[in-house]
Amino acid sequence: MDVGRDTQSPEDRVRSVIDHALAPFAEGAQIPRHALLPVLRAIQSSQGWISKTAVAHLSQRMGIAQAELYGVASFYHLFSMEPSPRRVLHVCDDVSCRLRGSRAIVERLSLACAPEGEAREDSAWRRSPCLGQCERAPAALQLIAGDVPKERTFTVRSPEHAEEIFRSPDEGSAAELSDIVVRQPRESLRLLRRVGVVSPTSLDDYRAHGGYQGLRRAHARGPAWVLRELGEAKLLGRGGAGFPAGTKWSAVASCPGREKYIVCNADESEPGTFKDRVLMEGDPFAVIEAMTIAGFTVGAEKGFIYVRGEYPLAATRLEAAIGEARAHRKLGSNVDGSGQRFDIEVRRGAGAYICGEETALLESLEGRRGEPRSKPPFPVHEGLFAKPTLVNNVETLCAALDVVARGAADFASIGTKDSTGTRLFCVSGNVANPGVYELAMGYSLRELLALAGAEFSRIRAVLLGGAAGTFLRGDEIDLPLTFEDTRRVRATLGSGSVVVIDDKTSMMDVLRGLAWFFRHESCGQCVPCRVGTIRVDELVQRVRAKVPLGSWEDERGRLTDLGRVMRDASICGLGHTATSAIESAFERFGLWPDRAEKKGGA
Amino acid sequence: MRTEKPKGRDGGLVQIERMIELEVDGRAVRVPEGSTILDACKKLGVDTPTLCFAENLTPVNACRVCVVELEGSRTLVASCSRKAEPKMVVRTDTERVRSSRKMVLELLGSSVNMSAAGEFENWCSQYHAEPERLGTPSHAPAVIDNDLFVRDYSRCMLCYKCVEACGDDAQHTFAIVMTGRGGEAKIATEFDVSLPESACVFCGNCVGVCPTAALQFRREHTLREAGEWDLAKQTVTKTVCPYCGVGCVLELHVQGDEIVRVTSPSDSSVTDGHLCVKGRFGWGYVR
Repeated sequence: MDVGRDTQSPEDRVRSVIDHALAPFAEGAQIPRHALLPVLRAIQSSQGWISKTAVAHLSQRMGIAQAELYGVASFYHLFSMEPSPRRVLHVCDDVSCRLRGSRAIVERLSLACAPEGEAREDSAWRRSPCLGQCERAPAALQLIAGDVPKERTFTVRSPEHAEEIFRSPDEGSAAELSDIVVRQPRESLRLLRRVGVVSPTSLDDYRAHGGYQGLRRAHARGPAWVLRELGEAKLLGRGGAGFPAGTKWSAVASCPGREKYIVCNADESEPGTFKDRVLMEGDPFAVIEAMTIAGFTVGAEKGFIYVRGEYPLAATRLEAAIGEARAHRKLGSNVDGSGQRFDIEVRRGAGAYICGEETALLESLEGRRGEPRSKPPFPVHEGLFAKPTLVNNVETLCAALDVVARGAADFASIGTKDSTGTRLFCVSGNVANPGVYELAMGYSLRELLALAGAEFSRIRAVLLGGAAGTFLRGDEIDLPLTFEDTRRVRATLGSGSVVVIDDKTSMMDVLRGLAWFFRHESCGQCVPCRVGTIRVDELVQRVRAKVPLGSWEDERGRLTDLGRVMRDASICGLGHTATSAIESAFERFGLWPDRAEKKGGA
Repeated sequence: MRTEKPKGRDGGLVQIERMIELEVDGRAVRVPEGSTILDACKKLGVDTPTLCFAENLTPVNACRVCVVELEGSRTLVASCSRKAEPKMVVRTDTERVRSSRKMVLELLGSSVNMSAAGEFENWCSQYHAEPERLGTPSHAPAVIDNDLFVRDYSRCMLCYKCVEACGDDAQHTFAIVMTGRGGEAKIATEFDVSLPESACVFCGNCVGVCPTAALQFRREHTLREAGEWDLAKQTVTKTVCPYCGVGCVLELHVQGDEIVRVTSPSDSSVTDGHLCVKGRFGWGYVR
């Protein structure tokens, strides 16, 4: 790439990496702050860590204090702020992978390769929160820094395979990833109908399978029609909160001015969730078309897709598809000859669950620490760069595309009165056929689990809605999967994650995993969440060890108090929901040692 | 960044601002547009605990001890940052509010040495908070890397005040920031280098805003370590800084016959509570 690279000192080398990465962002002598994450990523992936030299040079180029840069970089766990080997294997040790053997992998790596986090030659390994590869569990992601950085995702077939990956050469054949398998009959599918059928990089293929019909309809009928259809379709957001999509789109549309943004939240990080990844990898043009319709409808000319850092393939496919779309004038200054101006940029996260919270995501896009903002103001009024911003999850956008392409009446005819359309469910854990399933809302959890090949007599628990969701018992699975039915039992569909836990698994081990997850992923901004997640984790460890602080009654009181203050007084949704799964488990499974059920419990 | 709201000074502009009427604990109160719920509480004399809030800094609402119940809101809201709106119905005296405040005090007291944090212990008795039931803070020696002030991380509650004072609320030096994440979060310089190696200009404005004495004058630290720090024996003398022509208002805190701390009132129209290295620390010649 650069002439004389071989003779460059490491310092000169990192400076040229920075200059190269900054070039596309330069506006005269000025470099906007939002260039920061992409540049930090470039440094990390070329050196394997972010050095003092790098921070000093970046500080000079961007006019941002070194401490400020360090504060941002140290927030994201895929950035290393100390010398790190070139190759790091991130081994998923979260709920779904644990159910499929990640503990044995971790053990093998520590015994046979190196203690966690320690370098052996130019390799190291670390445990990772959910990598979003749960249907291919146990999973691992290997990041290899260098002039041509590599990101390889694996299904780790055995502990020995993990060792092989750890030692394999960069160009080795250890990379093994099965294709996305959709096991349902095609005719019943709406959002997934092209996944695994079309070539994800072919615009022609996309068009041949119904692509860009939605945009054509939107252009022909106008923004007001789109908003009306979304309202009539009663589409509720698929990201977790279930906010009416039409209301959100209308709010942004009604803001004056042309400087507005569409942000696609693809920071899918809820443990056990991988449906957005499947959509982006399998049908990237759908995401692009949906965002283009959103831009047309609300009057925005620029869109960002914030893809979580652990999804290399999704980012690559989206970037390729955006290039294709630009070349065919599906993006640009005159989309499809309609006069619409719209373009999209892919931005990648760097390891932070909290960035799935929409205001934390916006902070991160702006080149800051992913600390949630206090609301109001809401992003629809003051979002990215303080401009009106529509933030929607990938699945929500694809469902909106479904509404526009087929009409509200058709969409609303599916599902129930209050939960319309289909929903993607990510089934993982102890089932025969883990994967993403698309069902009309209203099917029961039992029907979903049957599709995924669950062995009903062996189910101890189902974690519905991810780490921020709720545990259900094996005898509660006749629950219809709708917003209203789940709400009635104080559960949530959340991100559509469904993790099946069998009777060989210790619930307390699962809870410890969740408690550790939140402790690790709290941004640390507010006291209830920062200290609360630590106290909950300690409490769960005491229950697991059967050593209470005071009496078990004291411990119960403590958990109730912690859950309440975190729900009531935290800044954002992470703190609000961090204890919900854990509390639901204690309510349902007789886990308190003084009240343990004979067969259940730890 | 200065807040736009009037700060209780008798500025002429305050009079022409639009007034907003809301209800706090069943009592109607009128405040100028742009005021916060906390301003409304203060106007009614409703006592509200605050830790990360300061008159001269942008509210970050991180500590959450000032939360109140707001009708129509699913969660409690931070009164220090939430803007008052017409017809808001606010409650500060409910079981839910008291319980959250109690828990915030317990969470803080269980993780950080809060003994020097103003009213903290009074609030603990007022809200029946028993921090020990959640744990006890660990002790670590203070970081002493310069002659002017020390950093005692075992007292740091991560309120962001020092970061704001160092950054765009006052000094614009940006020597210290929040680093790391979650339980690992820490206020530090880049790569945690010592302050003399960093961009720090030793204005001491971070020390001035610290609510827990995590940042202390070197002399204060020595006295505290020796068990000789005694607020009751201290007098405060107001004067004007003799160094340059700005005329910063100083408060000299004197114990025995020495100046142990220098502050400036946060409502001073000259300083907004902030000083420079000379006004803050340059008192070695006084005897």
